[in-house]
Amino acid sequence: MIQADLNIILPEIVLSVYAMAALLFTVYTGKDKMAGLLVWLTAALFVAMALFVGATGESTRVAFDGMFVDDGFARFAKVTILLSAAAVLVMGQEYMARRKILRFEYPLLICLAVVGMMVMVSAGDLMALYMGLELQSLALYVVASLRRESAKSTEAGLKYFVLGALSSGLLLYGASLTYGYTGTTLFSGIVEAAEGRAPLGLLFGIVFVISGLAFKVSAVPFHMWTPDVYEGSPTPITAFFATAPKMAAMGLFARVVHDAYGGVVGDWQQVIAVLSVLSMFLGAVAAIGQTDIKRLMAYSSIAHMGFALMGLAAGTAFGVQAMLIYMAIYVTMNVGTFAFILSMERDGQPVTDIASLNMYSKAHPGRALAMLVLLFSLAGVPPLLGFFGKFYVLRAAYDGGLAWLAVAGVIASVIGAFYYLRIVFFMYFGEEREELETARSPILWSLLMVSATVMLVGIINMFGVETIAEAAAATLVN
Amino acid sequence: MIGLEHYLTVAAALFVIGIFGLFLNRKNVIILLMSIELMLLSVNINLVAFSSYAGDLVGQVFTLFVLTVAAAEAAIGLAILVCFFRNRGTIDVEDVNVMKG
Repeated sequence: MIQADLNIILPEIVLSVYAMAALLFTVYTGKDKMAGLLVWLTAALFVAMALFVGATGESTRVAFDGMFVDDGFARFAKVTILLSAAAVLVMGQEYMARRKILRFEYPLLICLAVVGMMVMVSAGDLMALYMGLELQSLALYVVASLRRESAKSTEAGLKYFVLGALSSGLLLYGASLTYGYTGTTLFSGIVEAAEGRAPLGLLFGIVFVISGLAFKVSAVPFHMWTPDVYEGSPTPITAFFATAPKMAAMGLFARVVHDAYGGVVGDWQQVIAVLSVLSMFLGAVAAIGQTDIKRLMAYSSIAHMGFALMGLAAGTAFGVQAMLIYMAIYVTMNVGTFAFILSMERDGQPVTDIASLNMYSKAHPGRALAMLVLLFSLAGVPPLLGFFGKFYVLRAAYDGGLAWLAVAGVIASVIGAFYYLRIVFFMYFGEEREELETARSPILWSLLMVSATVMLVGIINMFGVETIAEAAAATLVN
Repeated sequence: MIGLEHYLTVAAALFVIGIFGLFLNRKNVIILLMSIELMLLSVNINLVAFSSYAGDLVGQVFTLFVLTVAAAEAAIGLAILVCFFRNRGTIDVEDVNVMKG
């Protein structure tokens, strides 16, 4: 019995045992000298685990009496998380080594955070949900303040910690009310107890849980930490924040609202719709005045989370499919964009000022073109892949009877296009100023180019992600 | 006779005090950590009350998990606070303001 359970959580066990063993080994041997090696080792293990998880097949398996669910939905999210984490680890290595912040804890903390995310998307119980979420959050608080001697980085860590702990508290309070009014912490039990009509206490529980999760996906009005944490953290870590944890939090969000509260769709639908519309508009409007590209990407991620939530708000299997496709595209775009941001520097110092991109296209036409494709894709300009992500969620919202939300989404995406195009304007038509240097890193270059190429080539068949996401969504919603 | 609702009221009051402590406190980051702890403990009261009312042990198991995580959370929070203090020489909430916008 226990053997079968352990087989199901094998990827998580492998990663956590690796993290602990590598930590012990490095402490007793080379310490920070081993960091470069550890980064590559961890990234390789992530890719291996992604292949392993992806090859598991179609079946839905349940471990520990329903506390841990390994279905198509969880596997889709896990593969996305593992691959994006591997890409971000590899692309940040050189940047961190040159700024002397490549400590051996960094890859191992990321590894533990990834284990937490994998537990989150597989959670079948409020306790598993909470433990996964905290494992991820605690590791992320530490990496946010990784640059210990920098006032900005520690302030980012402190803000992230305080607001993250507040969100965990809200989520936990909701979880306790849910437990009290349904008598169980298992999602399968909650959905039975809440079939059709939810008592008032359970409604409060749902609202608290959703607010806690909204913090984690940085949806308005729980977004205040995002710009500061994105700006203050070292750039490779910002890149990580913008990719894997977002996928994990959205996956957990979908898992909770459908698996646990699937019987009362009407009750949470309006809450998510409101979160979605606020996020889209605030993300679009507040990004306009930004001069720091990392801050801009923070507002951009808020707006993108609004669109992903729109898919969830539809409350249908197609909505979940649209959300999964949207997140996969979003993560790919962000990996490419941050590969570009990581390569921006002047006199060996990192630059994040948007104005420094003036006439970038003259010196580096290839990179500028790739960034142009990515920015158009982020803005959702057809015929790039980003447009299809938006198209799916808009259709899901429309089919789900939320036509007003779809209309609001279109308006917000038009407003949002302005600030992406402003960067393009600077790169191609800005005034000539002191030239921006570019770190000569083949890894960053190839990730940027691959990501931009995916945005162009993906429109043919989306690399089959569409059908995989459909199967994944079908396992969650039934 | 003290019933379930009394426990729930105490827990809700403590939870709200915790939230207010986070938002109204303008003095010291340590008080933020205490407020967070207060919120988590109020949840524990909730869980134990529900658990004993329903005669179901799961709630108390959950409480043990919450206690453990709260301890880890406090350790990490204090560690980050120490790093922050080394850089800035202050832990006033009003001085957590290098980044704005």
